[in-house]
Amino acid sequence: MSSLLGLTAHELQELLKKKEISSEDLIKEHLSQIKKVEGALNAFVTVTEKKALQEAQKIDEKRCRGEELSSLAGIPMALSDNILTAGVKTTCSSRMLANFVPPYSATVAEKLQSADAVLLGKGNLDEFGLGATTENSYFGATHNPHDLKAVSGGACGGVSAAVAAEEAVFALGTDTGGDLRQPASFCGVIGFKPTFGAVSRYGVVTGASSLGQVGPLTRDMTDCAWVMNAISGYDPHDSLSVASADKGDYTSFLVNDVKGLKIGIPQEYLQGVDPEIIAQLRETAAKLVELGASCEEVSLPYRELALSTYQIISAAEGSSNLACFDGVRYGFKVEAEDLDTLYKKTRGQGFGPEVKKSIILGTYVLSSEQYEVYYLKALKVRTLLKAAMEKLFQNYDCLLLPSTPTVASNLGDNPARAEARDLKIWTCPANLAGIPALSLPWGMVKGRPVGIQFMGKAFAEETLFRIGFTLEQNTNQTRLSLNGKGVC
Amino acid sequence: MGVNYEPVIGLEIHVELKTQTKIFCSCPMAFGEEPNSHVCPVCLGLPGSLPVLNKQAVEYAVRAGLALNCEIAPYSRFDRKSYFYPDLPTAYQISQFYFYICKGGHLEIEVNGEKRGIRLNRIHLEEDAGKLLHSGSSITTSDYSLADYNRGGSGLIEIVTEPDLRSAQEARIFLEQLRAVIEYTGVSDVKMEQGSLRCDANISLRPVGASKFGTKTEIKNMNSFRSLERALEYEIERQREVLEDGGVIVQETRGWDEGQGITTSMRTKEEANDYRYFPNPDLPPIVLEPEWIESIRASLPELPHAKKARFVNELELSDYDADILTSSRDLAKFFEETVAIYNEPKVIANWLMGEFLSLAKANNLEVQESKVTPQQMATLLKTLSNGKISGKIAKTVLAEMFVSGQDPEVIIKEKGLVQISDEGALSTLVEKVITANPKSVEDYRSGKKNALGFLVGQVMKETKGQANPGLVNKLLQEKLN
Repeated sequence: MSSLLGLTAHELQELLKKKEISSEDLIKEHLSQIKKVEGALNAFVTVTEKKALQEAQKIDEKRCRGEELSSLAGIPMALSDNILTAGVKTTCSSRMLANFVPPYSATVAEKLQSADAVLLGKGNLDEFGLGATTENSYFGATHNPHDLKAVSGGACGGVSAAVAAEEAVFALGTDTGGDLRQPASFCGVIGFKPTFGAVSRYGVVTGASSLGQVGPLTRDMTDCAWVMNAISGYDPHDSLSVASADKGDYTSFLVNDVKGLKIGIPQEYLQGVDPEIIAQLRETAAKLVELGASCEEVSLPYRELALSTYQIISAAEGSSNLACFDGVRYGFKVEAEDLDTLYKKTRGQGFGPEVKKSIILGTYVLSSEQYEVYYLKALKVRTLLKAAMEKLFQNYDCLLLPSTPTVASNLGDNPARAEARDLKIWTCPANLAGIPALSLPWGMVKGRPVGIQFMGKAFAEETLFRIGFTLEQNTNQTRLSLNGKGVC
Repeated sequence: MGVNYEPVIGLEIHVELKTQTKIFCSCPMAFGEEPNSHVCPVCLGLPGSLPVLNKQAVEYAVRAGLALNCEIAPYSRFDRKSYFYPDLPTAYQISQFYFYICKGGHLEIEVNGEKRGIRLNRIHLEEDAGKLLHSGSSITTSDYSLADYNRGGSGLIEIVTEPDLRSAQEARIFLEQLRAVIEYTGVSDVKMEQGSLRCDANISLRPVGASKFGTKTEIKNMNSFRSLERALEYEIERQREVLEDGGVIVQETRGWDEGQGITTSMRTKEEANDYRYFPNPDLPPIVLEPEWIESIRASLPELPHAKKARFVNELELSDYDADILTSSRDLAKFFEETVAIYNEPKVIANWLMGEFLSLAKANNLEVQESKVTPQQMATLLKTLSNGKISGKIAKTVLAEMFVSGQDPEVIIKEKGLVQISDEGALSTLVEKVITANPKSVEDYRSGKKNALGFLVGQVMKETKGQANPGLVNKLLQEKLN
């Protein structure tokens, strides 16, 4: 039997259906890959080896009995460790939750479990999703599988690296300001952020409630559609999930045809970008034109304001969302002689420096004296940005821009604090506007993967899937393999 | 020459909504259950949990708002009010600060025969906190505290008045009237002793005639209508003394100590929290259709004011009686149902306000908890009116009905309480009494008319109170004259 690593879910499902392999084989091979690379990579906070093997055996039995199985049955997956899994430790990569075993599962985790996807482990991330390199984790940094000296990106670097390093076939991450697209780009996998409201947020700990969405990390668009089929849809537990988001079968969007699509390239977002990445982007555009789409440069204003707006809103919401970690009911706790000291010591020692910085910023912008100066103004700019995008989408089907201005930087290479923050310039507009965005790998530059990004109209996932699928079918740039390089 | 001061009082009233489930999760509402038995990830504030608004809570807030003449906002929203306390698992309370569901409003009250319109500022929706049980007297002095989150996440409305109240008595009357209105709408049990009605007061003094407000204090921990009045009376005097001594009022929150009958400082303005209100990003705004609001308006019951007016105008009750009978929805309902069977409003009113309410009080029961039905009450009063039983016996029978729930006829029959109205039988007795009391007969005949009363009493005694007193009177007079 040749290696099963690096295949897609739909390729593996063929083999499973034909009974050429068993789920147990599949899980075992991925578990041994995890054992092999984790020392160098650190993609997982928790590996659920025993549970995964038990589940694989159960699914094999079901298959033997001829039961009808879902398309993801028996496929090994990873979940970012800010997605709650009942009975399995969920840490958010924080000391605060280092031993927290949640009593309930996120809706998305439940949906994948009922689809019989097999959880291999929980992916490392920047603590509570705050960061852009997965270096701000209580459990240490995750390395880039393509180049161990490089960061994996963040916040969801762990799951991105796990898919790229063939430790899992697909994964779920969260995207609050690019936390899934940017590490997907750095690690050379597909990262898709759905429209806000398309996927339930229940049981998912994101820094900012109004910005975060759960999305898939996959090797190709078919897998991406399969995962979206499994996780999307209205959830009565999430008041902001949208009933009309039940869009039917995402695989029906996998159409090899972009003829007539109008694509805008916002020129503001080519500024400050590595020329080699711009070259990659131009190549993508040329390919799309060759396939019958039209591409032209457009203007998307508020580039400078978008990042500040994002930072104010995410810090404000985050400071409030993280207030529940007070040492009283669950999680990390420092015993103290009185209540105030309990709060101060628990939060002082339980949170890392980036989280504390964000809480202080968020608390400041929400204080009664600063509310109008910062927070309210940020909400207004958000409305302006949204309107500007909607206007663009009257004439264009989607926007094409780089996922990141550079390839992954070196670990510990932090003049990077500011630089890492600035990475979000290219991704956060989609979160502020609540629109879907896809990061698609497009070759390598300087030995590190490049990601090209498409942003679409709200609930027009179809267009992005069509473009992604067409490019995938007509080039060999989108599926990067390690080929014995990097961690392998 | 001392300055004359006038108190300026505003109230903040929390009313717990009687919804089936909590306001943001599907846990049932619980009172007096096993601690932490009605909790879930949402009301425990577990990471990743999200609130989902209870539609019934919105409907109830609108109901209360309409009953209090508020303007219902077509658009309102939830905000987060942030502060750390162990009874608040998320460390923010979901409340409405920027855009609330009911604006304005007013309630008319009557104080010492004078009508006063009290304006409301607003009504907003919010969630309740859990309950803490301290091993000592407070969280700072206890070795440990226990937290029960059953109440956490229960739906509340907060009713905020304008500073329109001018005395402790007025504040108490307003709260009683408000309680009655809310009770009629059916959105809450409004029981102060059980905490489903809670009231804080803001109070300041200013020289009579001044337009500017003085510095206010906020008074908390008042657990009954009486303690509201007492606390405010105390605080008015305290502030008056401070001002008369040339001092200044410190803006602070003060707690009412029921045992000592005083208010004491809890925290000053400087120690107050900055609540950092901001729109809750997990909840969509509440957008209400005018048709929906109107359908709720149409479903409102007759409210205390209208009912009282009708009792006075149509049933010819006094203002005082109508006030008492409409003070509780259940009492008014009992009254009206009894009147529907036996059309003697005044008699029924007297019996309900007198015997019936004192029996309820003695048995520690609410009106609706008594075993007496309006049908039974009507039967009892009919039996009394047609002379079958005396008033005294009627009282005995009602007391028995209250406990056993038996029909009055059954009680009367079983205990042999029927009034003796048989002329033949009574004649014999009357003659016997006349023969036995020659002195009184002599007195009567010589003009001492009150001797008759003694003789009637003797007949009643012979019959153990069952003789028809009117008939005995008549027979005696016939035989003596």
